[in-house]
Amino acid sequence: MTQNASPPPKLILRFTIIGLVIAILATAFAYVGGWLDPGRLTPDRMINTLEDNAGVHEGYRRNHAKGYCVVGSFESNGNAESLSRATVFETGRVSPLIGRLAIPGGDPHANDGMPPIRSFALQFQLPNDEQWRTAMNAMPVFPVSTPQAFWELLQASQPDPQTGKPDPAKMAAFFADHPETKPFLAWVKTARRSSSFVNVEYNSLDAFRFIDAGGTTHFVRWGLMPEAPFTPMTEAQKQDPDFLSRDLRERLDKGPQRWHLIVTVANPGDPTDDATLAWPADRRQIDAGIVTIDRAQDQADGPCRDINYDPLVLPDGIAGSDDPLLSARSAAYSESYNRRTREEAESATSSTQEPRS
Amino acid sequence: MNPRTAATFSLPARLLHWLMALMILTMLFVGVGMVATVSERHVWLVQLHKPLGIAILALVIVRLLVRWRYGTPALPADLPPWQRAAAHLSHWALYALMLAMPLIGWTMLSAGGYPVTLFTGVTLPDLVSPSPTLYSALRFAHTWLALSLFALILLHLAAALYHALIRRDGVLASMTRSRKQP
Ligand code: HEM
Ligand code: HEM
Repeated sequence: MTQNASPPPKLILRFTIIGLVIAILATAFAYVGGWLDPGRLTPDRMINTLEDNAGVHEGYRRNHAKGYCVVGSFESNGNAESLSRATVFETGRVSPLIGRLAIPGGDPHANDGMPPIRSFALQFQLPNDEQWRTAMNAMPVFPVSTPQAFWELLQASQPDPQTGKPDPAKMAAFFADHPETKPFLAWVKTARRSSSFVNVEYNSLDAFRFIDAGGTTHFVRWGLMPEAPFTPMTEAQKQDPDFLSRDLRERLDKGPQRWHLIVTVANPGDPTDDATLAWPADRRQIDAGIVTIDRAQDQADGPCRDINYDPLVLPDGIAGSDDPLLSARSAAYSESYNRRTREEAESATSSTQEPRS
Repeated sequence: MNPRTAATFSLPARLLHWLMALMILTMLFVGVGMVATVSERHVWLVQLHKPLGIAILALVIVRLLVRWRYGTPALPADLPPWQRAAAHLSHWALYALMLAMPLIGWTMLSAGGYPVTLFTGVTLPDLVSPSPTLYSALRFAHTWLALSLFALILLHLAAALYHALIRRDGVLASMTRSRKQP
């Protein structure tokens, strides 16, 4: 095998062709990766905006940063078996749970009395390495229906460095531009802050699909209905920034806390891609079983710390819907998880090198 | 017998080469694309990324067996030694990355406590127990080895075109043509 003795004709053109092929491929790669497209809403930019609003609190979730791990189980009564073939709904099956009760916002030291919302995330451990993860909020509707609008809402609510509070004019302008926020705003006006994590109703807000044994799809939303009756935050609690965890420990010391897992089935034509719209109250509701929480643990060393409650980690028999928030949540939670686990890893290595007193 | 086209890769090796070239380039574009959007594309690209990546893991094992069984054609005798060394080094680096990338992807998801679901109902076993330290190291490696793999593929492509257009020595043809009858 030998090379042709003389250089090929049109040598410059030949080198140019090689260069062009490489340049085109590299440019296409950079474009797809978002590096040439500063306007694209990437998970990175979404999380940066959350950090702009609340600061960077290393190792903590970029939203719902303040929370507590809880442990318990879900016992299925079989009522949802006809809607979903997921093993979690088999009659009598008890699935271990690792959960997290939290308040929204990126500040891990926030005052529990500030937000009107509490949140409950659950991971159901199922056979064959399957899991069902869900992150629910105690509210009837979400303020916005698209990731872009959520991003704009975060930007509008960025605290003013002077006052430490969002600029009311920016907030008003955002809500005026986004009429879909009306049901949420109407709820916020009347919402009463609860005295506890355990006496409020939590809601998946996003729609999902249940797939039954025959392969038929049913659009659903789910929620948790507490057994403990609602009571509002007391005057004494207002003075205690950590009253929710105090209350949780006191109640768990007395005994396990329970919720019913309620599945709401959509009628044909109900919106499945819009978390700002509640479904009419007369929709079929199924009580699928009981969620029991036995104990709580600090999130710093609790079993929920390193869980990403990505709403699209789902078992066979449950699937996402056409709600665009689901994809955005999956992408953004992963970026938040990447950042906080990296910070955790860094602090673990630095503390073994130079132990702090 | 034409000395410049005599030695070519075996048919299984050529088929695997072009199939995997397409799959790996797809994986690289899917990978950087899916972490750069919050739109619905994110979900379906992730759903494509995991099974396609595991398929690459299976194919690279077959490919190494094929290479071991059938061997490879010799490089041109007059190739400068540094180019010969670069060719061998880059080929082994490519194999190493083809093997490492999917293994890292799988281990990384296990370390992050995620179920490694390829299709609905098909979940791979965990390779390690959950660990944020391991997850974050592997997540970092997954990105930077992927970018190294892409850079290496560009270099590989440029070298192949250099052989085809400038040296015209039959090296590219050894991967595109069947063995010529004498
Ligand atoms: C595009 C819209 C949304 C974005 C960008 C977003 C962003 C985030 C982020 C970054 C986290 C922290 C994740 C982690 O580090 O593990 C989080 C947590 C959470 N989000 Fe969202 N979120 C969105 C919509 C929603 C919706 C619609 C709900 C309604 C149920 C929700 C409920 C929760 C809950 C309950 C948590 C806490 C999970 C936990 O305790 O670990 N989010 N969100
Ligand atoms: C040839 C094989 C593979 C290649 C070339 C590849 C390439 C990539 C690339 C380029 C990214 C984006 C990295 C970034 O920009 O940060 C990525 C992300 C990712 N890869 Fe792979 N990958 C491979 C195999 C796998 C496998 C087998 C799995 C799992 C079973 C996997 C799981 C993931 C996940 C989950 C992410 C995104 C994680 C996140 O949201 O942060 N990959 N991959």
